[in-house]
Amino acid sequence: MSEILKVENLRAYYGQIPALHGIDVSISEGRVAALLGANGAGKTTTLRAISGVIRATGTIEFDGRSIVGSLPETIARLGIAHVPEGRGTFSRMTTEENLRLGAITRRDERAVVEDMERCFSYFPILKERYNQQAGTLSGGEQQMLAIARALMLRPRLMLLDEPSFGLAPMIVNDVFDILRRINREENVTMLIVEQNTSKALELASEAYLLETGRIVVSGPAGEIRADESVRRSYLGY
Amino acid sequence: MELFVQQAVSGLANGAIYALMALAVVMIYQTIHHLNFAQGEMAMFSTFIAWQMLAWGVPYWIAFIITIAVSFAGGFLIERVIFKPIHNAPVLSYIVAFIALFAIFNSLAGFIWEFTIKPFPTPFGKAPLLESGLLSMHQAGMIGVSVLLVVFLYLFFRYTRVGLAMRAAAENPESARLVGIRVGWTTALGWGMAAAIGAVAGLLIAPIVFLEPNMMLIILLYGFAGAVLGGLTNPAGAVFGGFTVGIVEALAGTYIPEIGNELKQPIALFMIVLVLVFKPTGLFGRKVVQRV
Repeated sequence: MSEILKVENLRAYYGQIPALHGIDVSISEGRVAALLGANGAGKTTTLRAISGVIRATGTIEFDGRSIVGSLPETIARLGIAHVPEGRGTFSRMTTEENLRLGAITRRDERAVVEDMERCFSYFPILKERYNQQAGTLSGGEQQMLAIARALMLRPRLMLLDEPSFGLAPMIVNDVFDILRRINREENVTMLIVEQNTSKALELASEAYLLETGRIVVSGPAGEIRADESVRRSYLGY
Repeated sequence: MELFVQQAVSGLANGAIYALMALAVVMIYQTIHHLNFAQGEMAMFSTFIAWQMLAWGVPYWIAFIITIAVSFAGGFLIERVIFKPIHNAPVLSYIVAFIALFAIFNSLAGFIWEFTIKPFPTPFGKAPLLESGLLSMHQAGMIGVSVLLVVFLYLFFRYTRVGLAMRAAAENPESARLVGIRVGWTTALGWGMAAAIGAVAGLLIAPIVFLEPNMMLIILLYGFAGAVLGGLTNPAGAVFGGFTVGIVEALAGTYIPEIGNELKQPIALFMIVLVLVFKPTGLFGRKVVQRV
């Protein structure tokens, strides 16, 4: 299987302070990788560096093409959809407008309408909220809207930043089930950052453990889940 | 009663122009969160361009359209050349840039066209509208063109892709980038549209205040008052605010003898102060909550 995302020696800074000290991540097409670690380990920073929101050095290749230093809008147009921390909802706009914005770079109006219907098949609640202001949606609904909005881009790679954040446990299960379906049915590769480690390791096939800007453990998700010492020292459960 | 209606309606005509200036100011405020002090001077310069074309014998409406197009391009360029490079700069850099623009346009207009007051033609005629004598044809034209423009802008922002992208970029620039919107371009587009709206305002008000490099100073002040009154975060509110300021100005000048014509201008400032003290977000503005 070919690598869709290859990150090597990725370094990023917040001002003068280094946040990432050379990170290597690679994902094969169609797979799900999890990026785990404590608060402040650099998980969000890694996603933000890949999608171009913050400047970084090193190698980032998407489908064999270097995207280091590109603008976020350019990277999005290549087919990388970033569902950011805090969901990035356009809260004063309706659900419909949020979904249309997800597809704003696309010209195939008919396919966009079909895709919107497909989003509703994953998230039926969004259809009920069609004309509602997105800011008035519940946290779970906003998370679903954020994922649906990302899907409207027809992405090849989705970067998901804590999709379980602030959601009730039952909703978390729903969201992860849907992510699994999206991964299988749409063949969308995913890189997922999560605090909910067990959920993320169930979904992912590979996992990377970050600690203070470095990857300390990586490997198949199943092995990491089974490794008692890794679980205790890094994952805390 | 007749006097009241007459003054209110004539206030509505000036209010239309204040509404357009308020809209132009809010349009830029939405994207860069600063008030463009030079908005009026840009509009004045546009009006001079139209005057020059008219002096060369270009028919009014053709000159009108060319002026709008040139102003749009000018606003777009100003953003690209001056404001894009400083987009991360502190507020003082913006203020200096605005003051510089103000001075440049003001003295450039004086240099090219001189500071003498010039009459400016109206395409609608000065005759009274119908028999009523409530409004002149030109005042009716001011209201009509302004309302048409506002409706057009509403439809543009509500129903077009570009309009949607511009709204998204103004509301949440980072999310907008993540869905692929070129936020730099939508910002420049906003500047172009603001400059074009200002040009329409300048062309419509020039027959009344006469053309000279300082003609938009007071108009912009009223525009600011309208924008602050309606709420800087709400374009529709700004339009409403502009009309309200126009009516209040006319009625206060008529009914409060101490104000008369001489003290009409401080009314705008007085309204700004009142709003800022009692309702800083304006009538229809949103409170911007910052998460920390």
